[in-house]
Order: sequence, then structure tokens, then C-alpha cells
Amino acid sequence: MAEVAQDHGDDGKKGKPKKMSTHIDFTPMVDLGFLLITFFMLATTLIKPQTMEIALPSKDKVSEENQTKIKASRAITIILGKKDKVFYYEGMQENGIDPKINSTDYSPKGLRKYLISRNNEAVLKMRALRAENSLKKLPTAVFDKRRSEILSSKSCPIVVIKPTDGASYRNLVDVLDEMAICSIGSYAIVDITPYDLGLIKNLNN
Amino acid sequence: MTAMTDVAFLLLTFFMLTSNFTKKEPVKVDVPSSISEIKIPETNVMLVLVDNSGKVFFSVDGQESRKNVLKKMGETYSITFTEKELAEFGNMGTFGVPMNMMKAFLNMTPEDRDRSENALGIPCDSIDNQFKNWVSAARAEKGPDCIIAIRGDKGTPYPKIKKVMSSLQEITENRYNLITGLQKETDY
Repeated sequence: MAEVAQDHGDDGKKGKPKKMSTHIDFTPMVDLGFLLITFFMLATTLIKPQTMEIALPSKDKVSEENQTKIKASRAITIILGKKDKVFYYEGMQENGIDPKINSTDYSPKGLRKYLISRNNEAVLKMRALRAENSLKKLPTAVFDKRRSEILSSKSCPIVVIKPTDGASYRNLVDVLDEMAICSIGSYAIVDITPYDLGLIKNLNN
Repeated sequence: MTAMTDVAFLLLTFFMLTSNFTKKEPVKVDVPSSISEIKIPETNVMLVLVDNSGKVFFSVDGQESRKNVLKKMGETYSITFTEKELAEFGNMGTFGVPMNMMKAFLNMTPEDRDRSENALGIPCDSIDNQFKNWVSAARAEKGPDCIIAIRGDKGTPYPKIKKVMSSLQEITENRYNLITGLQKETDY
């Protein structure tokens, strides 16, 4: 493709060097370049996937006296039902009286509103901390320490998440997300009990 | 012309250097979104893929480690793999094949492997929990710093996810990551 243009002026004059001008056609190279760009643009993923970290307890049985006891008033049980329904109740059964169970959804006006109203103090503190962080750029260690202080405060509710078999993976992630949004530091995913299923059944009737 | 060529090649260099290729996955997984902004590292990851029917797929990064993991699994299930089969496995991305079909699967052509009827999923129930063994083998190979990431489909029913999670719990893998898409934190 590269063509070498030569002048044919060979009149036999000696001592003068031959004039050679070289013109290389770059078009195919540019074509190839753009082809490769297109290929790489289509084949790459620029967005890295996000993750949420989760830690579950190990399966070792914890004996009765080693279990952490929490006040019933701090406990909130969230049951993930089928068809994107969520149920929640506070505390536990006391003196044979069932706790009041409520039904809601995963929208910001549903579960989130309730959780924020229950955890207002920590939410406000976290918001203040985040604002301070964006202004002053706190060191990560300081930020993490203060964050965990807020999250582990004694007034924070403790959330027990109980997914039923009808719940989907999305529901679980949504709830875990709400925990992060509502600054709830202590939560656990627990198997559903027949008692909880009974509560939902009673509510539906 | 020269300027355009310069720009074109600059872009080409940029894309070549920043690219990490979309890996082929045997099933399509639509991840749920969350506000979490933690990025997953590119290396030292075990990826667990769960599709919406609950089939489990698995992948480990690093060609050599994949070979070693398969060797270990072969020892557990007393299957010996040839060098060629190990090399094939080393080049493979995410897979979901029960151990008894692994040998046949590795001898297939790549086109046959991609066929949907070959996306069977790794058995992960209480009778035959091969998934657990895969994770243990990968953990032994990759060391304690390797991260487990679960990429589940939005619509996966909870019992299927629970099976995966409790399999991990049984081998005391209590910390792992759930891969999610990006969602902006709305007003609250």
C-alpha cells in the first residue's frame, strides 16, 4: 500500500543525488485503529460491581447462658412475606398477648419511614457525621470509630430479619439496604418460626 | 489526519489498558440494587452465581488456581483429570456442572459447553453438597484473603439463597459479599 513516488528524471547528470519523496498511506492503519477502539469499547465493562458486606454467625450451637440477652423493647422483628410484603412487630409475646403486627412494603414511605422513626437519634447523628466528613475529610479510622459508636449505641433497636419461603433474594437485599440507610447497627437474619407465620395468618384473616 | 490518528490511538491505548473483559457467564443474572458503594476487588475472588431458578455456578480467578482446585476436587470425588482437561478447565470462566459430568463437559467443544442444557448448576443440597467442597477447595488454594462474592438474581426465591448461605456457614465461611447494582440513596 505504501507507494514510493520516484521522479524519473534520470538524464545522466552526475553528482546530484536522486530526489526520492516517500508518501505512506496511513488510511488502513487508522481504519484498524478505529476498529480496535470499537472492539475494546464494546468488550469492556467500565462499571465495577458494587457489593454489600454481610457476616452471618457460624453454625456452632451457642449454649443458653452464653447467648446475649436483649431487652424485648429493643427488638424489632421484620418478616419478609411473599409478593413483596413486609410485616413487622416490636418486642415479643408477653403474658400470652401477641405483639401488634403491621404490614408495609419496601418503599421509602413504608419500612424506611418506620425504621427511621424508631432509630431517629442514630440516623440524625449519622447524618451529622457524614456532613462533617464531607466538609472536613475525617481520617478513615476516626470516621469508622465514630460510626461504630453511633451504631452500637444502647438506644438503637435490634432488628431480627425473618425471610419466609415466599420472599425473594431482592427482598433480602432491600432489607439489608434499609438497615444501612436507617443506621441500624445490629441485625440478624434468622429462620422463620411457626409462631411468626401464625401471626401473619391472623393478620390476613 | 495526523491529529485524528493520534487521538484514535490514544483512545485505543486507554481502552486497552483500562479494559477488563466482560466474562462470559452461563446464565443471565440480574442483580438487585443497593446503596452500598463498596467496590469488589478484581483479583482473589470466588464468585458464586445464583440464577433465578436457584442453580448455582462457581468461578475462581487465576488459571493456575483453577487447575489446582479441579485437581483437589478430583481427589475428593476420585476422578483423575488429564493434563488437557485441566488446561481446558483453567481457561474456563464460570461453570456449573456436577462432578460426575465434569469430565464429559471438559471434552466438549466450547460451543457445546455454552448450550443452555449444559448449564446445570452445582448440586447444593444436603444429600449431595458439591458446592461446599468447591468452596473449601478454592479456599485451601487461594488462602484466607480470598473474598467470596455472591451474585444472585433479583427473583431468586429465598430458600434457594438460603441453601447457598447455609452451605457456606457449614464450612465456617461467615463473611461474604453480596454483589449489587448501583442505586442512588434517595431522600429519607
